[in-house]
Amino acid sequence: MAKDALVLEIRELVKTYHMGEVEVHALKGINLTVERGEFVAIMGPSGSGKSTLMNIVGCLDRPTSGSYRLDGIDVSRLDRDHRAEIRNAKIGFVFQGFNLLARTRATENVELPLLYSNQGLSTLDRARRAREALRRVGLAGREDHYPSQLSGGQQQRVAIARALVTEPAILLADEPTGNLDSRTSEEIIAIFQELNDSGKTIVLITHEPDIAAHAKRVVYVRDGVIWRDERIVQTRSHPGEPVDAGAEPVVAFPFTLAPVTEEVAR
Amino acid sequence: MKISLLRLWNITKVGLMAISRNKMRSLLTMLGIIIGVGCVITMVAVGTGASSSIQATINSLGTNFIMLFPGAATTGGARTFTDQSRITPEDADAIKSECPSVAYVSPGARTNAQIVAGELNWGTQVWGVGVEWPNIRAWNVADGDFFTDVDVRTSGRVCVLGATVAENLFPNGGAVGSSIRIKHLPFKVVGVLERKGGNMMGQDQDDQIIAPYTTVMKQLLGSPRISMIYLSARSGPEVKQAENEIDALLRQRHRIPPGQDSDFTMRSQEEIANTSEQTSKTLSILLGSAAAISLLVGGIGIMNIMLVSVTERTREIGIRLAIGAKGRHVLLQFLLEAIALSVVGGAIGVGLGLLAPYLVTRFAGMPTEVSTGSVAIAFGFAAAIGVFFGFYPARKASRLDPIDALRYE
Repeated sequence: MAKDALVLEIRELVKTYHMGEVEVHALKGINLTVERGEFVAIMGPSGSGKSTLMNIVGCLDRPTSGSYRLDGIDVSRLDRDHRAEIRNAKIGFVFQGFNLLARTRATENVELPLLYSNQGLSTLDRARRAREALRRVGLAGREDHYPSQLSGGQQQRVAIARALVTEPAILLADEPTGNLDSRTSEEIIAIFQELNDSGKTIVLITHEPDIAAHAKRVVYVRDGVIWRDERIVQTRSHPGEPVDAGAEPVVAFPFTLAPVTEEVAR
Repeated sequence: MKISLLRLWNITKVGLMAISRNKMRSLLTMLGIIIGVGCVITMVAVGTGASSSIQATINSLGTNFIMLFPGAATTGGARTFTDQSRITPEDADAIKSECPSVAYVSPGARTNAQIVAGELNWGTQVWGVGVEWPNIRAWNVADGDFFTDVDVRTSGRVCVLGATVAENLFPNGGAVGSSIRIKHLPFKVVGVLERKGGNMMGQDQDDQIIAPYTTVMKQLLGSPRISMIYLSARSGPEVKQAENEIDALLRQRHRIPPGQDSDFTMRSQEEIANTSEQTSKTLSILLGSAAAISLLVGGIGIMNIMLVSVTERTREIGIRLAIGAKGRHVLLQFLLEAIALSVVGGAIGVGLGLLAPYLVTRFAGMPTEVSTGSVAIAFGFAAAIGVFFGFYPARKASRLDPIDALRYE
C-alpha cells in the first residue's frame, strides 16, 4: 500500500489512435488526481474520450504519452502481464453488462479474481472471502445461485462483490446502472455510496446526471480534455441511508447532455 | 512458468468444467482420438497376436529345421511343386552319410488321395517320409508307434494318421490297428500323431497321413522323384554350415557347373521366420500409419473445436483478462481444455482398444495380444496431440485484447 493519499495521479495524459492514415486524438492532455476515499463520477457525451480514459485508468490500455500513477505505482509503461497484475490487485471492475460468467455460481464468480491473484489463498480462504463480499452487497443466501437465477440488480451486486473481493485500491464502475431500471439503479448506487462511506475509493463513469449526482465530485470530459471538475455537497444526512428516489439532483449541469443527437467521434 | 500447483489445479478444474458443460460436443470432438487410440491398440494387438502365433508355428516345425525343394531359388518365397523334380531318395541318403553338420534326413513324397475306412471316407494328402521325420519335425505319435526302418525298406503298407484324419475316419476311436484304404490299397494304421494345429498358411497340419516314402513312391505315385527333403542341423549355429555342405554335395551329384543356378533350394526355419517377421512388420507399419492418420485427424478436430470455443467465449476471456488473468493463465486454461479433451478421449480409446481385441478373438477367432507398450504409446500420443493442436487456439485466446474481447458480442 502506498503511503500517500493520492490513489490516482494522472499528468498530461494523451492517447492517440491510428486509424489507417488518420490520427484520432482521443485524449489531449488530461490532468486528474483522485484522493483516497473519494467518490468521483466521470461524465461526458459519447465520443468525449471518457471510455478511453476509463480504459487507461483501468489499466486495460496504455497512454500514448503522459504519466499515470495508480496507488503510487507508475503504471503507464507496464507491459501486458504487469498490467494484468495491477488490474487484479488494485482495480475492481464493475461493468454495464455485469459481465458475469454464465453457468458459474455467484460465489465462483466472486472468487474468480482471487484465482488469478498472487496471494496464494487456499480454497477455503477464497470461499470465505467470496461469501464475505457477497454479504457486503446484501446477497447473503444467494451464494449458490447462477446468474440466470438472479435479477439484473442482483447480478450487478455479484459483480460489485467480485470487484471488492481483492480489496482493490479503487472501484472502477463503467455505466454500472446502464442496464438497470431507475429503482434498481438507486439500489446499486446506494451500495456504492455505502462502500464509499466505509472508505472505498470509487470512480464511476456515467452519462446520467442523476447517477452522477450521487458522487462527491463530478469530472466532465469533453473533446478529450477535462472541461470541468466540481465537488458536490451531498444532502444525505446519514451515511448509508437509502436515497429518496424522487429527490432532485442538487448539482446544476453546465451543459446539456445530448442523448438525442449523438455526437459523432471526430 | 511460475504457477503454483494449487493454481494449476484451479485452472484444470475450470477446464474440466468447461468440457462437462458441453458433453455432446466434447464427445464428438473426442471421437477422432477415441477411434485413433482404439485402432492403434487393436491393430497392434492383432499384429502381435498374429506374429506370435506365426512364431509358435515356425517353432513347431522343429528345431534347426531345413527344407530342401527342387527348382531354382525364387524371390518372395512363392514356390510350386513340379513334376520336374530332380531330387531323389539317393540324394537324401548321400546327405545323411556325407554331411557332418546334418543330424537327421528324411525324403518327402506327397500325393493326394481319397481314404476309406469302413463306411467313412476322407480326402487328404499322404506324405511319404523316412523314419527320422519325427525327430526333424519334433512331432511324436500320441497313440501307437511310428513305422520302422523295416517298413521303409520293404515298402510296407503301414501309415500314421494325423489327428484330424483319425477323428474323421474313426470318430469312435480305435484307429490304431485298423485298416484303411488309400487309393484302393489296404494300409494298416500303426499310430496317430499328436495334434499340432495350423501352419503358417493356416492349413491344418493334422489333416495328413504319414507313410513310408518308399511305399508312397512305388505304390501310390510310381515316380523315382521326391517332392522335398526334410533335414535338421545338429545345432542352431550349424544350420548355415549344413546348408553349405548340402549345397556343395548336391551340385556335385547333379553335375551343375560353377556359376549356374542350382536345381534345388533350401529354406531354413530361420529364413522362414525372417520372412514372416518382415511381413508382419510391414503390416504393422501399414496399420500403424492408418491409425496415426486417424489420430492426426482427431487432433485437427480438437483444434477446430477449440478455435470455435475461443471465438464463442471471447467475452469470457475478456472478463478473465480484465479481472487480472495473465496471458499465460488463459493460454493454460485453453491448453488444458484441449489436453483434457484428448486425454479423456485417449482413455476412452484405451478402453475401446482393450475391448476390441477381446471381441476379435471371441468372434473372429484371431489370436490377439494387447501390449502395454502400445497402450502407453497410443495414450501418450493422444495427450501430445492435445498439446500440439491445442496450442494454437490457446495462444490465440491468450493474445486477445481485453478491451476488444469485452466489447465482443
